[in-house]
Amino acid sequence: MTDRLLTVTDIRLAFAGVVALDDVGFEVNQGELFAIIGPNGAGKTSIFNCLNGVYHPQQGSITFAGHDILGMRAHRIAELGMARTFQNIELFENLTVLDNILLGRHLSFSYGPFSAAIYRGRAKREEIENRARAEDIIDFLEIQAFRKSLVGMLPYGVQKRVELGRALAMDPKLLLLDEPVAGMNLEETEDIARFILDIKEELGIAMILVEHDMGLVMDIADRVMVLDFGRKIAEGVPSVVQQDPEVIRAYLGEEFKSEELHSAEVEAAEATGGAS
Amino acid sequence: MRGRPGLVTAYQRDMAIFPTNTQRVWFAAFALVMALLTFVLSDDLALRGASAAAAAVGAIGLNLVTGWAGQISLGHAFFLGIGAYTAAALGGETGGPLIGLGLEMWIWLPAAGLVAAVAGIVVAPIATRLRGLYLAFVTLGLVFIGEHIFREWDSLTGGIGVGRSAPKPILFGYDLSREGSFLGFTLSAEQQYLLFALVVLLVMGFLAKNLVRGRVGRAFSAIRDRDVAAEIMGINLARHKLIAFAISSFYAGIAGALLWTFVGFIEPRSFSLTLSIVYIAMILIGGAASIMGSIMGAVFITFLPRIVDLLSGYVPFIEDSPTGGFLTVSQVEQILFGLLIVVFLIVEPLGLYGIWIRIRNYWKAWPFSY
Ligand SMILES: Nc1ncnc2c1ncn2[C@@H]1O[C@H](COP(=O)(O)OP(=O)(O)OP(=O)(O)O)[C@@H](O)[C@H]1O
Ligand SMILES: [Mg+2]
Repeated sequence: MTDRLLTVTDIRLAFAGVVALDDVGFEVNQGELFAIIGPNGAGKTSIFNCLNGVYHPQQGSITFAGHDILGMRAHRIAELGMARTFQNIELFENLTVLDNILLGRHLSFSYGPFSAAIYRGRAKREEIENRARAEDIIDFLEIQAFRKSLVGMLPYGVQKRVELGRALAMDPKLLLLDEPVAGMNLEETEDIARFILDIKEELGIAMILVEHDMGLVMDIADRVMVLDFGRKIAEGVPSVVQQDPEVIRAYLGEEFKSEELHSAEVEAAEATGGAS
Repeated sequence: MRGRPGLVTAYQRDMAIFPTNTQRVWFAAFALVMALLTFVLSDDLALRGASAAAAAVGAIGLNLVTGWAGQISLGHAFFLGIGAYTAAALGGETGGPLIGLGLEMWIWLPAAGLVAAVAGIVVAPIATRLRGLYLAFVTLGLVFIGEHIFREWDSLTGGIGVGRSAPKPILFGYDLSREGSFLGFTLSAEQQYLLFALVVLLVMGFLAKNLVRGRVGRAFSAIRDRDVAAEIMGINLARHKLIAFAISSFYAGIAGALLWTFVGFIEPRSFSLTLSIVYIAMILIGGAASIMGSIMGAVFITFLPRIVDLLSGYVPFIEDSPTGGFLTVSQVEQILFGLLIVVFLIVEPLGLYGIWIRIRNYWKAWPFSY
């Protein structure tokens, strides 16, 4: 009980007509690597948006680090220790890698605009301390060469790392990773997998991982939840979830459907071709 | 630790405004030249220089809210006006028909900034509800409200067509508007204005630079680039937009007070949309999100009429007199103005500052400039 970090109970999120999340509930423990999988449009990103206060679910409850965070503003939730990366990179593209990572440390600063303008004493000290911490993260993610580059100019794989760095810079209790290896080759995927495992083992940060790369999820996740059309259809350790008939149906069903569709199209085309 | 020249071995040094000694020396030399120029410039040029320096303070202010924080404001003229009239009310002559408390400049100048900042704080919550063009429209409304108030409030502004005189620039008993002597040199009022304006710009420029290179400036940029991601980093959007508007308006207030003091006279119709657009042009042409760019833009725009004037001597179809000729000087000025905004937006979004950086980098790498 004491190591429960996040409790989500029956949240329901609907957009004019579309039900994105239908009574979804789950828990994440301290230090755990929890994965969420599901077909496209299942509602995985929507869960993240509910957790960090971008969307506000109409029903249910979310408790994070002992606080009821449902309806709380995003910046307040960040203060409680939740960080995130995005499916489509959302870096501050006119800023350098260093500034992006320092922005992750925004809450570790306490000086205000007046001391900022003078830039002595506390302001200077905090800037130097946080610069050192940012450099640790840059070293950890092996992006030293890009420190002063504008992120908008960097290759996709590096941007993904910078985004991970920016989230890590927040010293979070819970880190949400939305498809961290999407669009990456095998080597890049392995690098990220290594970083994720280091974050878990060395830093002890709990994570929720949303990922389509099934191999990665099954390899590194402690527990997996499967979503389909906004509903939770399974949850458990990877080896068990993998065998779940409903999960197989949700995943394979897609393929069957598209195959059926394809053959139907071919038949239809043949039929019209024959008629003319 | 000694290494190759330019090798930075401490974060503190790497984070400094002028990280290398070369840069420090150049800046000091530049400041010295500017100060010395003050003693030799003609009154006409000195006055223009003083106006440019004051305008640069205002441009830095607009750049903070628009260039850094990404909040498009067409309301800058309103805050300039508040600064000018606050100064006039506090520093104006007592006993006349218009409000005037006869206070000294060390009171009315900061007060002009503070009153404008308070107005900025009142306006800021609008920016937390509206974005982009909608915000631009609402701030445009501010200019109209301001124009109305300035037109109707006769006891403060003197009313349209009448106006009022600017506050006296008296600093601890020393009247800048009277010829004086300094280190044995005789200085005209205009030259003293220039010297004073340069000092104010130096101070305000450094304060702004400090603000933007640290936590607050980074938060502004984050809000400009991606406000949702910024909020997820823990940045309180409402608070930072408030800070941006307050500081921006403070700078505008100081600039307004100084500018019209140098002119000597305040006409209530001065604070129109055109004035706001002139400031937007300064930061677009000079360079968005850059202190040096703000200064370059302000200097360029302030000296533009002089440049066109010079041209009129050489280009046949530009005529100095209002009648005759194909184009008058002021027409050319307006055309050039519009053209420059468009050209810079399309060709050089980083403005004059961007051009300067490219020239500098070219020579840095010379002779391997490719
Ligand atoms: N802001 C929104 N407005 C309307 N509908 C939305 C919005 N955000 C999400 N949805 C809908 O909610 C459903 C779930 O979307 P979500 O992005 O959470 O899926 P996902 O599981 O992350 O998919 P993917 O694997 O493609 O990233 C989709 O049907 C989507 O169209
Ligand atoms: Mg998604």
